[in-house]
Amino acid sequence: MFLINCPYCGERDQQEFKAGGEAHIERPKQPTELSDDEWAEFLFMRKNIKGVQFERWNHAHGCRKWFNMVRDTSNDEIKAIYKMGEKPPTQ
Amino acid sequence: MRNKYSVFSLIKNALSYHENWQRAWKDPTPKKEYDAVIVGGGGHGLATAYYLAKKHNMNNIAVVEKGWIGGGNTGRNTTIIRSNYLWDASAGLYDHALKIWESLSQELNYNVMFSQRGVMNLAHNLQDVRDLKRRTHANRLNGIDAVYLSTEEVKKFCPIINTSPDIRYPVLGGTLQRRAGTARHDAVAWGYARGADAMGVDIIQNCEVKGIKRNGDSVEGIETTKGFIKTKKVGVVAAGHSSVIANMAGLRLPLESKPLQALVSEPVKPIIDTVVMSNAVHAYVSQSDKGELVIGAGTDDYVSYTQKGSHQIVEGTLNAILELYPIFSRMRMLRQWGGIVDICPDASPILSKTPIKGLYFNCGWGTGGFKATPGSGDLFAHTIANDEPHKLNAAFNLNRFVSGDLVDEHGAAAVAH
Repeated sequence: MFLINCPYCGERDQQEFKAGGEAHIERPKQPTELSDDEWAEFLFMRKNIKGVQFERWNHAHGCRKWFNMVRDTSNDEIKAIYKMGEKPPTQ
Repeated sequence: MRNKYSVFSLIKNALSYHENWQRAWKDPTPKKEYDAVIVGGGGHGLATAYYLAKKHNMNNIAVVEKGWIGGGNTGRNTTIIRSNYLWDASAGLYDHALKIWESLSQELNYNVMFSQRGVMNLAHNLQDVRDLKRRTHANRLNGIDAVYLSTEEVKKFCPIINTSPDIRYPVLGGTLQRRAGTARHDAVAWGYARGADAMGVDIIQNCEVKGIKRNGDSVEGIETTKGFIKTKKVGVVAAGHSSVIANMAGLRLPLESKPLQALVSEPVKPIIDTVVMSNAVHAYVSQSDKGELVIGAGTDDYVSYTQKGSHQIVEGTLNAILELYPIFSRMRMLRQWGGIVDICPDASPILSKTPIKGLYFNCGWGTGGFKATPGSGDLFAHTIANDEPHKLNAAFNLNRFVSGDLVDEHGAAAVAH
């Protein structure tokens, strides 16, 4: 359990949020030309990193907006939060 | 030579104040090369090594474990064993395991305390009733014992359940698998370790895998904290850390690792002599031989390797437990913990070859792997030894995420994931 700093509402209890999985998985631009392998990669395969991971979160019981988070999954420490469409922090 | 456990060995050792019991397994240093190495010394990994040695005559093998054996999810689960799954592939897989459980203590000469006390699944709404009836029929067609119970029969089987019609989620019925039950989780790991060790398997603890060495598309060995080990076959049985190992080999898996919590109460006199699970309100409870209530909570929805989990998940489970069992309202909880479960998109496991020759994965058991331990070990050993899956685990291949031939047990598996 931890606090999350929603970029729209400020710091709230994690209970108000819904995790949306790995971030920056782009929907295929030409879905009709995709092979089964590429579909599997897009739909199912995940990095599932132990360490710093980029992910999407939704303030489900608040403003209901989506945003991105950089979080260390080995200790749940939140490194950065940025809005959808913004460039992910580098380092 | 391994001494047999019996009433005579107990008496003999009592005479020497239990100071001369033989070591149950050795503490070897790794050899330079093995015919196969199993990564992960939990129940599934140790069972795999045991059956590789026993059924496939592969004795020059090792199990490497980063901590101590049985210290991961094997020692963290709620020990429920059942095989009442909906789909044919799952029914085959889990009932194979249940059949091995029935004679496992005798086979291993180690009491795994398998107790067929029955598992009851409750229905709380009309959809639950329909789903559970359908599953009962599906089970029986697959030769798995299952009966549907009315509310009165549920009450008769487990009198402490509140079956009053005015609770928020009333009990409308349930299913019962009488062959299902529980076992002692540590004993399963220890029994398989002792059995495998007796056949020459090296069980190497405190040995973490740091890398997988590949030569093109084949495995050449593993880098560990105790040095490089050469081997042509690597079977990974690393549960929540499967993706971490897969990333070392440059392989992607369809897994997400999430915390799953459980808790136990203070010990009390026998009050519940079966296992009761409820999908809709997500509460399941049984009582250990020590007298503690063993309660399973749900998973968090975010990826985490912290073995903790969120407080509100436990709170939600306890709310449901209290409504179903008002008698527990003054029980105090002693311990709470989390384990990291690796969940597949279809909530079914992967027991499979991979595109890398000599690399095999046994993972994705998610929230319910303990029950499958003996069957999983047996089938994974078959897959590694023959480089081909057994017919019972053929459906659980990695390629199903490409072909679309998923084994969708989400929600159908009697517990929410």
